[in-house]
Amino acid sequence: MKILIVEDEQDMLQNIQESLEKESYIVQIATNFTDASEKIGVYNYDCILLDIGLPDGNGLDLLKEIKKKELQDSVIIVSAKNSLDDKLKGLDFGADDYLSKPFHMAELNARIKAVLRRNQFGGKTNIELGNFSINPETREVTINNINIELNRKEFDILLYFVSNKKRLVRKTALAEHVWGDHIDQTDSFDFIYSQIKNLRKKLEANKADITIKSVYGMGYKLEGI
Amino acid sequence: MKLLNYTTTYFSILLLVLISVWAVLFYYAMFDEIYDSLDDGLENQKMLVIQYAEKDSTILRKQNFDESGYTIKKVPFSEIKNVKDQYRDTLMYMQNEEDYEPVRLLESVFKQNGDYYKIKVVTSMVEEDDQLQNLLLYLIILYVALLISILLLNNVFLRKVWRPFYKLVAQLKTFSIENNDEIQFQKTNIEEFSLLNTSIEKLLEKSKESYNSQKQFIENAAHELQTPLAISINKIELFLEENELHEKQAVKLISALENLERLTRLNKSLLLLSKIDNKQFTAKDQVDVNKLLHQQIEDFSDFATHKQVKFTIKENVQLSINMNRDLASILFANLIKNAVLHGKSETEVIIEINDILVAISNVSEEKELNSKQLFSRFYKSETTNKSTGLGLAISKAIVDKYQYNLQYNYSKKLHTFTIRF
Repeated sequence: MKILIVEDEQDMLQNIQESLEKESYIVQIATNFTDASEKIGVYNYDCILLDIGLPDGNGLDLLKEIKKKELQDSVIIVSAKNSLDDKLKGLDFGADDYLSKPFHMAELNARIKAVLRRNQFGGKTNIELGNFSINPETREVTINNINIELNRKEFDILLYFVSNKKRLVRKTALAEHVWGDHIDQTDSFDFIYSQIKNLRKKLEANKADITIKSVYGMGYKLEGI
Repeated sequence: MKLLNYTTTYFSILLLVLISVWAVLFYYAMFDEIYDSLDDGLENQKMLVIQYAEKDSTILRKQNFDESGYTIKKVPFSEIKNVKDQYRDTLMYMQNEEDYEPVRLLESVFKQNGDYYKIKVVTSMVEEDDQLQNLLLYLIILYVALLISILLLNNVFLRKVWRPFYKLVAQLKTFSIENNDEIQFQKTNIEEFSLLNTSIEKLLEKSKESYNSQKQFIENAAHELQTPLAISINKIELFLEENELHEKQAVKLISALENLERLTRLNKSLLLLSKIDNKQFTAKDQVDVNKLLHQQIEDFSDFATHKQVKFTIKENVQLSINMNRDLASILFANLIKNAVLHGKSETEVIIEINDILVAISNVSEEKELNSKQLFSRFYKSETTNKSTGLGLAISKAIVDKYQYNLQYNYSKKLHTFTIRF
């Protein structure tokens, strides 16, 4: 998988690059409009992370260029503006997703994986981890080919963990992803724990190859295969 | 007290003093003139009598005034030594009035055929007490007439003159810089008012300018903070992943991370507030309130379970409102979240939907909130120091944007927020 990060902020770029390389993607970078435009013209990417505010141009124009050339690259807009206008425009121009800064690395991972799945896998969308299998399209989970009944949130949590397997998933990131933006100001995320407990029970009872491990007070990690 | 009445009061007092002083002066001046004229008449009559006496010596023995108004009496020379003409007021019995009335009397001497005679001439005089009464009466009439004219002048003419002023004040009373109100200045020929108009116009212009730049500043500042926040949070996240840390070290870093996230929430809330203020949510939609509330109850159900709080929804009607969907969602979510957060465990959060209102209430041991400060930015009740203090300010801003009404009520441990559409 080849990913292009278009971002002018050096530290931001470095963070994203580091995080994506852990996922074994081939990562290329562009720090300005011209550079990005050249790279897009020459190479094909599976996914482009596009910052809107570039020093020498607007990321939206790059998006238009990509769409005009009918390139298959998926595009996720990353913007500090968090403005509804930009979001709507971006999605209108054909972006696959929109992420506003600041975001959690886990969230970026989940979004990239979702976009790649939609654009690449065609029919086969099952993600398999040992005897565990999850299908984001049909929302089915099987362990040893046995269907596991999960409620909506349990499924979302599990998919999020799978997208971030072997990586630290913080409670805040998980809460915001599964319960939405409105939950973010509640006094604690302890309420997540009961959902995790249920999930663990279901995984254990069916002898899944994966486990959800707690990491100190900071969050969880999906371990196993 | 209105300026008009204020000046009128002072003017009427001043007028009273002026008229009184004027009355005294007038009274004395008038009497001086009357005496002068009476005395001249008496002098003239005296001369006529003396001339007459040269022809008809019988009158030289006229002892009583009777019909003629004079008396003549022969006096020895010794008595008239150093006697000069003397005018004085005295009383005389008047037939018509059947009473003693004041008269003016001239006492003089003259010499005829070697004999000396004393002559007294009288003439009837103004009755001073009557005159005084009359004068007083007419002065009171004058005073009242003047007062009435002043009041009339004030109420008709001056009111007209002051009209631009009152119109301006009425507009300023309802003026709100947040609503970007415009003031309609009335044209006026009066220098002071046109000065007032231009001064206020300038003042408003400046205030609007600084208000707008302040709004813009908050939005820009919040935007600019996003990237450094993102970098810091992600750096710590990556660091935590890469390093096997001791629990103590991890706790410190997580605390830093949590505070950065708190800062992020604060920043997002500020950004949202200034976006609402800057009228960036223009799109409107027909929002099904019942559906939205059900969805939010579902969203908050895990949080509510954790807090041991139950939801009860009373749907008396199917309510639909025309507003921005995102804002509607934020508005209700903030209130529901608060209700769950502050709700006492083993109690209910009650959501009621009526024709014109949605009420969200929770039971809490917390004392009544200060409804005056409740909706102001960064208001915090004592128990939740992790909140941004902007949730209710955001709800209020949304409600204000659509000219709805958001109210807080407290009775017997029940805290209720009501939105009226």
